[in-house]
Amino acid sequence: MEILEEKKNKNRAYKPILDGIPDWPVYQLSKNRKEFLDEVTRKSVERIRKVRPSRKQLIDELEATVYREQNRMKRNRWRVDPKDEPKFWSEIKNELVLLSSKTLEEGGKKEEELLERIVSRYANEIAGKFIPNKYRLTREILKFFFARLLNGARVKKFGAFFRSRYTLRDKIQIVGKVKMLRSLAKQGTVVMVPTHYSNLDSILVGWIIHSLGLPAFIYGAGLNLFNIKIFAYFMNSLGAYKVDRRKKNVPYLETLKMYSNVALQKGAHSLFFPGGTRSRSGMLEKQLKLGLLSTSVEAQRNLYLDNPEGEVRKIFIVPVTLNYHFVLEAPDLIEDYLQVKGQDRYFPEEDNYGSFQLIKFMFKFFTKGSNISVSIGRGLDVMGNHVDDNGNSLDASGRIIDTRDYFMTNGKVIEDEQREHEYTRMLSQKIVKEYHRINRIFASHLVAFIAFEIWQKKHPKLDLFGFLRLPEEDLEIDYTEFKEIFKRLRKEIYRLGGEDQVHFATHLKGDIDLVITRGIDNVGIFHLKRPLLKNKKNNIITQDLTVLYYYHNRLAGYDLEKLI
Amino acid sequence: MTSRSSSDKPIGVIGAGNFGSVIANIIARNRKVLLYARDEKVMKRILDKRENRGHKMSKQIIPTNDLEYLASQCDVIFPIVPSQHFRSMMKKLSPFLHPYHILIHGTKGLDITLPKGQTIESVTMLNRNQVKTMSEVIREESVVVRVGCLAGPNLAKELALRQPGATVVASHFNEVIQTGKKLLRNDRFQVYENHDLVGVELAGVIKNIIAIASGALSGMGYGENAKGLLISRGAVEMVHLGKALGGSTSAFLGVAGIGDLVTTCNSPMSRNFTVGYRLAKGETLSEILNDMEEVAEGINTIRIVKKCADYYKVRAMITETLYKVLFQNLTVQEAVQYLMRYPLNVDINFL
Repeated sequence: MEILEEKKNKNRAYKPILDGIPDWPVYQLSKNRKEFLDEVTRKSVERIRKVRPSRKQLIDELEATVYREQNRMKRNRWRVDPKDEPKFWSEIKNELVLLSSKTLEEGGKKEEELLERIVSRYANEIAGKFIPNKYRLTREILKFFFARLLNGARVKKFGAFFRSRYTLRDKIQIVGKVKMLRSLAKQGTVVMVPTHYSNLDSILVGWIIHSLGLPAFIYGAGLNLFNIKIFAYFMNSLGAYKVDRRKKNVPYLETLKMYSNVALQKGAHSLFFPGGTRSRSGMLEKQLKLGLLSTSVEAQRNLYLDNPEGEVRKIFIVPVTLNYHFVLEAPDLIEDYLQVKGQDRYFPEEDNYGSFQLIKFMFKFFTKGSNISVSIGRGLDVMGNHVDDNGNSLDASGRIIDTRDYFMTNGKVIEDEQREHEYTRMLSQKIVKEYHRINRIFASHLVAFIAFEIWQKKHPKLDLFGFLRLPEEDLEIDYTEFKEIFKRLRKEIYRLGGEDQVHFATHLKGDIDLVITRGIDNVGIFHLKRPLLKNKKNNIITQDLTVLYYYHNRLAGYDLEKLI
Repeated sequence: MTSRSSSDKPIGVIGAGNFGSVIANIIARNRKVLLYARDEKVMKRILDKRENRGHKMSKQIIPTNDLEYLASQCDVIFPIVPSQHFRSMMKKLSPFLHPYHILIHGTKGLDITLPKGQTIESVTMLNRNQVKTMSEVIREESVVVRVGCLAGPNLAKELALRQPGATVVASHFNEVIQTGKKLLRNDRFQVYENHDLVGVELAGVIKNIIAIASGALSGMGYGENAKGLLISRGAVEMVHLGKALGGSTSAFLGVAGIGDLVTTCNSPMSRNFTVGYRLAKGETLSEILNDMEEVAEGINTIRIVKKCADYYKVRAMITETLYKVLFQNLTVQEAVQYLMRYPLNVDINFL
């Protein structure tokens, strides 16, 4: 199968914006780790006291926390969980039991002390360990590993293995506002918010940050990834902190948010996947998790609050979309999605991927040319206003606005939780809008979208689940019909592109037969059952309608289906 | 009444129409008010005679026709201008606004942006991309985010007489609601809170349609049975339309929904009611519009909402029939007949 390349890649290497690692904010954080964690602990305790002001409320909260933690340990223990965990929690439990039988005078401030012990433990669990030497080593290992793979596979000559003709940069296209991102990272604190499709994203984004010459970002990575030792090593050295999605109790969530909040205030560039987890449906994220996002609004307000006069380091939100022809986990993700959405109307087929598949995928990924593109969006302030290269917030007509004004009441900066909650919601809507705008359409996305919509239109009486149960053998689209529609939609995408409502890859242009072939050849390229193929009559068929649905979803939300 | 706010800045009111004047007077009981009037003569009259549109204007009110000055003096502004002029007013005001401003509007109408060369008559379909509530216009045209609205049974004439009344202040922000409450509330004026901004705005807008219908029934000489029928079916229609346009059911059941609906449907004083009444008496729309002092928002609302209902496939019998009466020469008589024969039978289907 022939894979057609993107236009010649003009990506170049970027010089680091800060000279040495000791200047990096993340390094400063890890050097003063103890002070930093003490501050996080102190502020989290204050905060929790505010949400649970009375003694009774606090004790109830602690009891709930202990109960949940013990439940988690019984049901769902992981390899990364510390060994002394059961002992810690049973001690807390015992002290709580004693405490609840005592009156206020006897108990003293005991409950607060317990809270502090819990929070401090959480803070230590969450914190990452950034060690410069490890970071450098990891970076070099990754670079070497990727380069060897690329060169070994692409240049079919003996000895090519040790040449460096290809680099990762040929593989991964970075487009969009790179210059702005670099400039913003110099002037303020950047919060990068990428879309999330694959477990590969974390590593990919780490590489991008490095290759753009930016200092390491701190980012929250799911604790489940730390179960795998090699991942844990890389993540730890890349500046990751741990997010444990099993823990939903108030003290944990508040500590986690405070960690991010304080780190942002100290100027550490951060990265969240605001969708929370990987997109199950394959759609661009529509609903974002507000918890971590709210820390950027709060951190900005605190910076204004602490510096009533003069300049304040601004926090910039930079949306990023990651665009793939192929997502390894697609079959599992879409299955999850349909199961939740369809309850008993959907019957999943069993088919799982192991670590062998992962290695196979990595090899295929690097040997064959499935390109990835990364679009960097324009920077936003914490209110979702666009900013210019100098970090000034702009209104719709280009007038400079002072972000501080959003936090002012009667001429003073104040803390207003409800207001900031609303601001966070507005910010999240803005990010979603930006995702749709900077999303980069590939030929493979478009063919998947069109084929799926054509088939679905042909069965108007079936709901989605009934439709997905149709036997794949019966589905076939006449090529000329497909081509007509493809032409129409491509034109519409050009139009949307002209209005800056979406972006598209350069390979979408040119001879239409070629583009369609490129799309069909690339969509879900390494799945065992291909979502789209051409048969002998040159007509379009599918081997896996469900996975086709997944790739189709990437273009949901642009009203393109009206043209089919 | 003592002011509880620490700030001494005056409160801005934009629009010296009927309702604008009343609101300015209510706020003036608590705080100093800057009242913007486009017309210099109106400004003069308020300054010299302390009178506007039949209202005696409080001494606490300072009229102005300088938007820049108003925006620089006031942190809290109440824009109360007809919906047709709302966007252009915002465009003029916007350069002087900052994110710390709070805007609470009192306009019950919709804004439409039409494609070039189209008029509201010629455009075939409308949806929420073209139809905006006033709070959305504020958000689109300015940097202000702390936006709220006033809605409820607020007949200007009764309020001016200090009869008991109530309003809803709706906003996503507690801060805005509390500010509105503090400024408006007095022993004769109750203020309720709501967080569904768009829902409350839509309730205030859509009820104008039913008000016209109520006027028409009254003009036909029908009594209370007919009115009870209209109000209950009208409320159902409001809920369906409101949901399609982005409000929640509950907003329509409150003061701004049912409360305002009952008031306007029973009030020969209201402009929308008058339009319906005169239609039933056999006058044509153009005759009626010719001698009305202020706009009846309901007429435009019917045009817009009818086309939205088509787009979102909502069945809105009353709106559609009124549309035919206003613009397609159906008589009120025929309209009533049509509605009474229509085989509708489900009472409540939105809960």
